[in-house]
Amino acid sequence: MAETETERARDRSDQPGESPAEYLDRYGRMRLIRRFEEEIQRLFLKGEVHGTTHLSAGQEAVPVGICSALEPDDYAAGTYRGHGHALAKGTDPEALAAEMLGRATGVCGGRAGSMNVIDLENGLVGCFGIVGGSIAAATGAAISAQRQGKVAVAFFGDGASNQGYFHECLNWAQVFDLPVVYVCENNFYGEFTPMASVTAGGEIGIRAASFGMQSQVVDGNDLWAVRGAALEAVERARSGAGPTLLECQTYRHFGHSKSDPGKYRPPDEVESWLARDPLDLARARLLDLGLSEDDLSAKEAEIDSQMDRAVEGALGAAYPDPERDGGTEFKP
Amino acid sequence: MSELEFRKAIRDALDEEIERDPTVVFFGEDVAAPGGVFMTTPGLHEKHGQERVFDTPISELAMAGAAFGAAVTGLRPVIEIMFGDFMALPMDSLVNQSAKFWYVSNEQASVPLVVRSAVGAGGRFGAMHSQIHGTWFQGIPGIKIAAPSNPADAKGLLKSAIRDDNPVIFLEHKRLYSVKGPEPTEETLPLGKAAFVREGGDITIVSALRGVRDALEAAEELAGDGIDAEVVDIRSLRPLDHETVLQSVAKTNRLLVVEEGTRVGGWAANLLGIVAAEGLHDLDDAWIVTTDDTPAPYSPTLEDAWLPGPAEIAAAVRARLGVAAPS
Repeated sequence: MAETETERARDRSDQPGESPAEYLDRYGRMRLIRRFEEEIQRLFLKGEVHGTTHLSAGQEAVPVGICSALEPDDYAAGTYRGHGHALAKGTDPEALAAEMLGRATGVCGGRAGSMNVIDLENGLVGCFGIVGGSIAAATGAAISAQRQGKVAVAFFGDGASNQGYFHECLNWAQVFDLPVVYVCENNFYGEFTPMASVTAGGEIGIRAASFGMQSQVVDGNDLWAVRGAALEAVERARSGAGPTLLECQTYRHFGHSKSDPGKYRPPDEVESWLARDPLDLARARLLDLGLSEDDLSAKEAEIDSQMDRAVEGALGAAYPDPERDGGTEFKP
Repeated sequence: MSELEFRKAIRDALDEEIERDPTVVFFGEDVAAPGGVFMTTPGLHEKHGQERVFDTPISELAMAGAAFGAAVTGLRPVIEIMFGDFMALPMDSLVNQSAKFWYVSNEQASVPLVVRSAVGAGGRFGAMHSQIHGTWFQGIPGIKIAAPSNPADAKGLLKSAIRDDNPVIFLEHKRLYSVKGPEPTEETLPLGKAAFVREGGDITIVSALRGVRDALEAAEELAGDGIDAEVVDIRSLRPLDHETVLQSVAKTNRLLVVEEGTRVGGWAANLLGIVAAEGLHDLDDAWIVTTDDTPAPYSPTLEDAWLPGPAEIAAAVRARLGVAAPS
């Protein structure tokens, strides 16, 4: 009889990094991302967040699971749907919220906004507003990482797998055995268009085979599954055995961007994915693993209050003063 | 006195900087084992090893992206995008990643990388191997564009470009590679500074790259007509050193800018506009000489007619000044 995922998780729970308490922290990080996205949506509707936003609610298990397998000084590159990438990599939620609000205390001083966050202190080499840009950034970071004993991760969507960046960089990384993990967050829609209708072959993970690259298709809503795949890929990278493509299948709860109600997605499809909300799945698994309802509620309350403080702090921060910003075109 | 060949100036600058700074890496298509298609980089791979100098796939977008990612994580990459025409391919990474990083990151870090390319027409390479991409990037804040016209400048500017903390596009004109000139007197040259290469009082002729040699040749010819031309080598397209040009125009009151490039959207028109805006009081006349607004043609007769050479420059000056050509 096949072992269930919960049984597997229980079997591993005495290994380093695999205890329920550590997964509780990861669940907390997922909740932080969810709460962050909900707050950004709310603040957008209030006119506090400007331009556009691309929310990652529903996809939290991917960045949290992947980043849980990284060292703090490993590199990551994210996308314009990148709030979760930054928070999973360690960006301070208040500094990230302040960035969304265009405040001087933002992680980029209000110069970047929602789509272009950079946080080098936490190894985030950038989030990129151009589809596929993160793939190149991580590939380049992996050239440095190869010399520094580090690993680089690229997060990107299914749409990016049809860009030149994807094909050129995967070939490049395999040729040079670069320590990089390519994490495709396949949420099945490139903007408003179903992935399958514009993706030859219908699948993304198998594309790695043409480069002789290791790959795995992962349940991107299962924190444990993502982390397991990430540990293997990161170990492969760090040991010098080269890159990996992970296709993490997931779903966004909101539309593509703030102006998109997501009407093109069939209601039963949306429903079936909402029934597999990664936070609900993680919560249930943690209870199965022996944590109590009180343990979970306490963590949730802790995260919620952290998020409330972050938003309060960000809203209270000043806007950058154009007279004193002093931005320069070049580094002197 | 020993003379330095332009292509050797490039090679020596790379060699010395790779030697000097362990974070400098150099990669591109056919640059390592084969030594470069214009033979600008022979021996660097053998001397410095695969870690420092390596051949890449024909993947210009990946190359520029890899250089960006490496540059923000501790390396100082120099890449060769073989022909400037190929720069349309890596444009996203250079424009949206490298050029914006310093400012958008709120100055968390800059992007120290250099992109070298062979540029320009006159080699009968046809429309897709003859362009000068400098102006494609001239409107992008955050990228410097160096444009040397002689071996000594090429060496000094390339060394400065590699040591500069910002992304630098480095233009190497194909018809300069075999040119020989004096050895440099300085280790490095400041980026973004024009140079007076010929003193004169009647007209200022500004050009870049191969055009500087053409302007100097035209100036000699004009001297025979009693026209004393000052020649300014702009040496950089961004920053664009209009101050030096204004200084010259204050003396000569006439400005001709010669560009191997188009009339609309070129750096010559751009410079003319800045000088007009800031120095109109010093100007009696100002105009530009450029290529025709067609792609570069292949046939020698067509290409020669398309390029502004010394004869066209001299003729334009005579016509504008109302001086008859010598019979």
